[in-house]
Amino acid sequence: MAGEASLIGKSYEPFEYEVGREKIREYAHVVGETNPVHFDPHAAHEAGFRAVVAPPMFAAVYSAGAVAPAMLDPTVGMNFAMMVHGGQEFAWWELVYAGDTITTTASVRDISARETMKFYVFESVSVNQDGLEVTRGTWTNIERGG
Amino acid sequence: MNIRQGEPIPELRVTPDRYLPHRYAGASGDFNPIHIDPEFAKQVGLPSTILHGLYTMGLVARANVAAAGGDPRALRRLSVQFRGMGLPEKEIVVRGTVREVSGSGALIDTEAEQDGNRIVRNAVAELAG
Repeated sequence: MAGEASLIGKSYEPFEYEVGREKIREYAHVVGETNPVHFDPHAAHEAGFRAVVAPPMFAAVYSAGAVAPAMLDPTVGMNFAMMVHGGQEFAWWELVYAGDTITTTASVRDISARETMKFYVFESVSVNQDGLEVTRGTWTNIERGG
Repeated sequence: MNIRQGEPIPELRVTPDRYLPHRYAGASGDFNPIHIDPEFAKQVGLPSTILHGLYTMGLVARANVAAAGGDPRALRRLSVQFRGMGLPEKEIVVRGTVREVSGSGALIDTEAEQDGNRIVRNAVAELAG
């Protein structure tokens, strides 16, 4: 498709997510976390944390709202009927706590073809209210028969 | 961190119940009908509703944090490949082996298997030392 090279590096509106304690608890419960620092503010304080701590993969929750518009961008043109989530990477720095405001910016990192498959790779960079980086995500979608 | 090169990390075994994808949808905001509507899933050629890949990745993350002693700060990086699909009501087993231990931490090769299918492959976790 013409113009794909020019999409690489395209970035999207930052997405702001306010981290609620009950949302962390809900998420932690669903994925089977048992560490009380994800549920109980007293346990979190005793362990030296300033508030209830989000499990690392809560990154998927606060950054999804930034990545979705990139994936749905008609100029990127992914065919969702043929799409699978092929791979995912996260790198973590600062912990995310209940009460934080996380701002995530997504961009197109790469679009490439291999045999009959097409790879769409997006990047997300998330920072907290102090401007400290909390997570970087790499989202790989594979379109079959592309 | 009590892990040594070449040794396995403790296995994590989880059997997601039938409604787990609904609860994960609520927790994550991903309401793609392939995860919550059995009829829709069948229409698009799936056996039934399937698990969210990022849920299964969450189990892989849990197994690695547990291997590091339970501190959520221990997990510095995790990359996974999703293959096949995870299903509710069948046991998932997360296994890992310590590839390398260095002064700054450890690399753990991990995978998640269900019913003989390796639904998460080539996962690599980087744990802080």
